[in-house]
Amino acid sequence: MNYHVNEKGYYGQFGGAFIPEMLYPNVEELRHNYLKVMAEPDFKKEFDQLLKDYVGRPTPLYFAKRLSKKYNTKIYLKREDLCHTGAHKINNTIGQILMAKRLKKTRIIAETGAGQHGVATATVCALVGMECVVYMGEIDIARQAPNVARMKMLGAEVRPALSGSRTLKDATNEAIRDWINNPVNTHYIIGSAVGPHPYPDMVARFQSVVSKETKLQLKEVEGRENPDYVVACVGGGSNAAGAYYHYLNEPSVKLIAVEAAGKGVESGESAATSVLGKEGVIHGSKTLLMQSTDGQITEPYSISAGLDYPGVGPMHAHLYKSKRAEFISVTDDKAMEAGLELSQLEGIIPAIETSHALAIFKDKKFKPKDVVIISLSGRGDKDLNTYIDYFKL
Amino acid sequence: MNRIQIKLQEDKKLLSIYFTAGYPKLNDTASTIENLESNGVDMIEIGLPFSDPLADGPTIQASSTKALHNGMNSSVLFDQLKDIRKTVSIPLILMGYFNPILQYGIEAFCKKCKEIGIDGLIIPDLPVEVYQEEYQTVFEHHGLLNIFLITPQTSEKRIRYMDSISKGFIYMVSSASTTGSQSGFGQKQTDYFKRIAEMNLNNPQIIGFGISNQETFKQATKHAKGAIIGSAFIKYVTDNGVNDLKQFTEPILKKE
Repeated sequence: MNYHVNEKGYYGQFGGAFIPEMLYPNVEELRHNYLKVMAEPDFKKEFDQLLKDYVGRPTPLYFAKRLSKKYNTKIYLKREDLCHTGAHKINNTIGQILMAKRLKKTRIIAETGAGQHGVATATVCALVGMECVVYMGEIDIARQAPNVARMKMLGAEVRPALSGSRTLKDATNEAIRDWINNPVNTHYIIGSAVGPHPYPDMVARFQSVVSKETKLQLKEVEGRENPDYVVACVGGGSNAAGAYYHYLNEPSVKLIAVEAAGKGVESGESAATSVLGKEGVIHGSKTLLMQSTDGQITEPYSISAGLDYPGVGPMHAHLYKSKRAEFISVTDDKAMEAGLELSQLEGIIPAIETSHALAIFKDKKFKPKDVVIISLSGRGDKDLNTYIDYFKL
Repeated sequence: MNRIQIKLQEDKKLLSIYFTAGYPKLNDTASTIENLESNGVDMIEIGLPFSDPLADGPTIQASSTKALHNGMNSSVLFDQLKDIRKTVSIPLILMGYFNPILQYGIEAFCKKCKEIGIDGLIIPDLPVEVYQEEYQTVFEHHGLLNIFLITPQTSEKRIRYMDSISKGFIYMVSSASTTGSQSGFGQKQTDYFKRIAEMNLNNPQIIGFGISNQETFKQATKHAKGAIIGSAFIKYVTDNGVNDLKQFTEPILKKE
């Protein structure tokens, strides 16, 4: 089976471009150009150079000795938290800003949940001197204050999304509306592996540097490119897309996707899309999404703003449906404990999104010889207030 | 012949009104339709509310949220409309986003529309290619016209393509925008209206987005068969309710 996008923009039955006609010229322009631009030697050179000198790649593949000992298996952390701006998000924004420049766009918009993608977008806009507007749910603005301040300091305008659940879904709606109203000069930098084709594929390709490096690094330390497991948290799915990308067609590598169960999958306050979702259309893509029987999109919940999304990228919906990846959901409580555990065993404070991926060791047993790669997608600085409140630090 | 097609043959400029079903009150739907017809409106777009209306501005978003809160959904709407053809004869079009229709089941949805006497559908986030490939047969089997949107950015080639598979009218979005976000038309829009009129398409054009009063209605219909008013009407019923719609329609339809 093929796990990459097909020529019509689908992953199995998921994907496509379900967009209002007002967006058609923009999306079509991108679809027509993105592979061509990405293949240009100049583009590649500029992208690779910035990833190296500006982002700080390659990021380390770190053998987590104490964590491995505790769970009696071999755990490697792919340190995306060490990227400039503190998460994997910047791999994609560097790629897309260079894309926007080549498409002669002069204005950038973005949506953000935890604020990591907003910061990464504001950063690259500052880097190239482009106008930047970031949409962010009002609730997220309150719970991710440091990132809001960072975006402002970087020169971006942060506009609150006041509709619906006032989180990532609604920020995405507002960004799409902005794009409809500014069809010529604006490029929309989507931060996750969601949205109409070609976005999920383009974002996955820009993030694929993560698994490309992992292969080389693992070969050096373990003598083999392929681990037994690759584990990543999934909200929309960009860090998982990058961590899986070069392993998708390697059947010996088991993929684990960790979703946010919130207060429990059956609690009514959850973001575990694979369990709670049904096939439908959200933000321009046919995928799994949480919705009422009438097809209204339901409001998700997670303690982690970056996983608080009612859908999942079409690639991941296909990985779920085809059983290529195992989906596990982790509650707020288990994630928070895992975040604290990593901090105290390895001296790394992870983002709460990432803490979900780290929490699987409590329930899932691995063999001592298993090599398990965890995508350590982001650092926890932005979440300090949430950690402080939760642990009464 | 479909009611929309018959209406389009009338020798007059057509006024079409969009409203959100179940707004301001859940059971306002049928009386809104009846009152619009009795006040001389030519065609009605009944909005099926959606939680995430991407192409809509704040006014229609807010009316959708309220309507959903009131308890509106596809089944409730179909129930409210089951006897509508006993009292109303003008064309009725359902306008809704794709996901609720997909969840109802495309075939079942179309069948229900036919039973009630719905004449056409506007589904802004169902692309023309997907429609043609997957749904055209079932729509046509149930006598439903699918109405496509064009914008100032739509290429001539694409407009011709949509024209070739349309059997009613082309919905011309007046400018690159979400609903309710502009007032009045400038030279740019007039040029666009003229450009499309000069293409001599098979299907007449009806202009929507940005029509709010007699002036904009006249400007729009100078180069098109008709015009659609949405947000301005929603604002009106928000303040005045749905019983006296004459106050809204009369100034627009007033003869010089």
